[in-house]
Amino acid sequence: MRVGVGLPNTVAGATGALVLDWARRADEGPFSSLGVLDRVAYESFDPIAVLAAAASVTRRVGLVTMVVVGPLRSTAMLAKQAASIDSVSGGRLTLGLSIGARKEDYAVTGVPYEGRGRRLSEQLQDLRTHWEEGGMVPHPARPRGPDLLVGGLSGEAFGRMARHADGYVHGGGPPRAFAGAAGRALAAWSDMGRPGRPSLWGQGYFALGSDDQPARGAAYLRDYYSFTGPFAEKIAAGNLTSPQAIADFVRGYEEAGCDELILLPTVAEPDQLDRLAGVLS
Amino acid sequence: MRIVTVGGGPAGLYFSLLMKKADPMHEVTVLERNPPDATYGWGVVFSEETLGALRDADMPTYDEINDSFAKWNAIDIRYRGQTIRSRGHAFSAISRKRLLDILQRRCRQLGVELRFLTDVEPGSRLADPSSADLVVGADGVNSLLRAQHADALRPSLDVHRTKFIWFGTDLAFRAFTFIFRENEHGLFQVHAYPFDAATSTFIVECPEVAWRGAALDQADEEESIAYCQKLFAEDLAGRSLLSNRSLWVSFVTVRNQTWHDGNVVLLGDAAHTAHFTIGSGTKLAMEDAVALAQALARRRDLEAALTEFELERQPVVERFQQAAQESSAYFENVSRYASFDPVQFAFNLLSRSGRITHLELEKRDPRFVAAVDSWFASRTGKGRLAPPPLFSGLRLRGVELANRVVLSPAVQDAAKEGTPNEDHSDLLREAAEAGAGLVLTEFLAVSAHGRIGPGTPGLYTDEHASVWGRIVEALHTSSSSRVAARIGHSGSRGATRPRVDGLDRPLSEGAWPLLAPSAVPYTRLSQVPHPMSAGKMRDVKQDFASAAEYARAAGFDLLELDMSHGYLLASFLSPLTNRRTDEYGGSLPNRMRYPLEVFEAVRAVWPPDRPLAVRLIATDWLPGGFDVQDAVAVARELHARGCDLIQVVAGQTVEHDRPVYGRFYLVPYSDRIRNEAVIPTLVSGGLTTADEINTILAAGRADLCVLDPPIS
Repeated sequence: MRVGVGLPNTVAGATGALVLDWARRADEGPFSSLGVLDRVAYESFDPIAVLAAAASVTRRVGLVTMVVVGPLRSTAMLAKQAASIDSVSGGRLTLGLSIGARKEDYAVTGVPYEGRGRRLSEQLQDLRTHWEEGGMVPHPARPRGPDLLVGGLSGEAFGRMARHADGYVHGGGPPRAFAGAAGRALAAWSDMGRPGRPSLWGQGYFALGSDDQPARGAAYLRDYYSFTGPFAEKIAAGNLTSPQAIADFVRGYEEAGCDELILLPTVAEPDQLDRLAGVLS
Repeated sequence: MRIVTVGGGPAGLYFSLLMKKADPMHEVTVLERNPPDATYGWGVVFSEETLGALRDADMPTYDEINDSFAKWNAIDIRYRGQTIRSRGHAFSAISRKRLLDILQRRCRQLGVELRFLTDVEPGSRLADPSSADLVVGADGVNSLLRAQHADALRPSLDVHRTKFIWFGTDLAFRAFTFIFRENEHGLFQVHAYPFDAATSTFIVECPEVAWRGAALDQADEEESIAYCQKLFAEDLAGRSLLSNRSLWVSFVTVRNQTWHDGNVVLLGDAAHTAHFTIGSGTKLAMEDAVALAQALARRRDLEAALTEFELERQPVVERFQQAAQESSAYFENVSRYASFDPVQFAFNLLSRSGRITHLELEKRDPRFVAAVDSWFASRTGKGRLAPPPLFSGLRLRGVELANRVVLSPAVQDAAKEGTPNEDHSDLLREAAEAGAGLVLTEFLAVSAHGRIGPGTPGLYTDEHASVWGRIVEALHTSSSSRVAARIGHSGSRGATRPRVDGLDRPLSEGAWPLLAPSAVPYTRLSQVPHPMSAGKMRDVKQDFASAAEYARAAGFDLLELDMSHGYLLASFLSPLTNRRTDEYGGSLPNRMRYPLEVFEAVRAVWPPDRPLAVRLIATDWLPGGFDVQDAVAVARELHARGCDLIQVVAGQTVEHDRPVYGRFYLVPYSDRIRNEAVIPTLVSGGLTTADEINTILAAGRADLCVLDPPIS
């Protein structure tokens, strides 16, 4: 299993300079990928723009969206942006998409909330076609374009993933929850008669340090997930705040069959990267 | 800490005494609407696991509870005049009244204030959140606190379809006893278990129709007793049923999105219920009490403690609720198994909730499992060995399968002009050498136009037949596996690109015209198919028959017709894709007419000593679509025309369906088709272990299983 790290593009206090520095240092560290989250109606960096910036200051590390809310974006523009990042990064992009969970992101972008699942399915098909057939997008680094991942826990999400994507991206939780979702992803894949198997991606939150980092991380998660009501408290309680907790989590995901795990920061301070690198090495 | 507990049942009392014990400075009050000696309810059951938790939490009550237990280890299943016994199950039960008495005394001893005959009514200030540091809603299935905090807790209440009534009896059963008795009104079931030396709980359950038919909806308490006493006279052996405000009710499954709101927290039945057929209500409630008390001891911050309590308990409860749902669904549909042999009936009942598998039962009661295995093996009638069901043979017409495992290599999309290549033969050989009783090819097109894409292998030229013939012969030479070909026509899902980059992407060049019952394109980008004319229907039927003849020539042992996943024959079956107004569209008999005609044409040329199977869609996974009831009807018709096996699959009739990929998601469909249409079934869908397959086979939920590789 590969282990990557998140860019703090939605974490309070992250500056542009910090994000770029973070990307540079992650590229030099033991991390397989840099992951970004997507939220419109929340103070945060745009995931596509920030990955483009990260691409320009890194040479090696993979670039992955965990996930972008696809239906909020026009497919032609997204195809073009993703192909551009893929091209300038030498084929390092993996594009994870889902329908998202926040009505307000749809409201501020003026995109109808209803029918978003169907639109995402269509978008997945059209992205691949844009990349394969060209004419509008830059020459992709790989002939078929970036790998596509789909997230979500509904039956429709698993079906959509298995019909149109290359892998599944889980939304976080204990290894047991990941294992259950991975089992459903594989069942859908085999039901659809796709060759091979989907790649399986997981994610978890962390905040390392003996001062107030865990408390600040939890406060960020409570705020970020406040739209879920009482569930935010549970997500905050699941934040990984000790080397042991991270080691157990990584082992659990590996045993559950995860191909790549992205650990997402909840505190926007560069020493988080060093601490995480220390735990993983 | 000042704690107010609403409800003096086991959860409320136990939590209260644990808190007071942890810190005598806590001020703990229990409010209970009934008097201390209210006696309704009879016995409650505990597992070994729960007893361990109770021992660790409070030794004095554990000792008293343990001394009061009725303990036994057997389950009796009385069915069709026979009693089948399975041992090794370790049950303990205690009278509810006795349990409450122990807990009340311990509460008083520790200094918990118990206020009986204190009803907390809506608007009452007794349980006002501002009146205490913590308010605990242990007020049962009809919880007032839950209702008051519904906005935050988001409860959902699911009322079950059957009716049940909770009696006692002065007969001490010697086992957990399931009794099934049928009369003119329907099937009545009893769940009975002892809870002391002289008394048992005796729950009667029946479908609502039977309940109304027997006029029990009009019956008062005494009439209900009289009716049940008469119906179960033989089982009661002259003893009587005891009532204690016993009423016929429907079980309500309670769920809450969250169990706490500020300083109010729910415990036990107020927070969650699980159908009584897995008997775990009190067990879960007391475990909740232990977990909440521990979380409060660990965490100084109340919100953190309540969150931790939920994080610990919710997954456990969800697992029990899942098992309870399987269990109650089993009892709701038990008449489906009326023709089962008592041995299989018993195994099916014991494995109903998914918690007890073949392997687990073998640990508990090897003799019982030996009897099941031996009965299972005896039907193929060979030898005196009784292997696990997976290794039992199966005979379909003249073809003998060595075992029940089917392997089907993944799609290759690698054929040229329909001719299979070496990848196909290598993967099939691997499957055969792995020991599968049956290996099954991927979809083989019955014509060039019936291909899914340019790489789809086919069975429509002499060359195809001769290449397949060599492959089949090699498999027969190198293994004892039997070999099956799946043949089909892609219909509106034809002329697509290789599936490695996604399904149903139309070919940009070299596409051929598509056929379907109606002009309904599969996706918005798909070619609009041509509705089939009578001539085309004849041609395609002929293609199927020719493919069957090629399959015979190639030496395939079994042939499977594809009626699934939105391919041609399936798209006739579903009203979502079949909009015809002739005799091939409209009603289900019309929609199945063409698939049945094709089946008959194939059966006519396929050798009588070789089995013919159908891969059949069980549901479209969309309201208004083809559903499992339709699938049962189609399976019956196929059976009547000489179909030997149904492979059960689901979905993909249309692009935007709503699939359900739970654990073993196809097994319930297989169960229903197998036992309602009475035809052998093949099931797939995430079965990765021999134990899972043994359990499904022994329980009569399928006859053959596709084994999938494990995740990593």
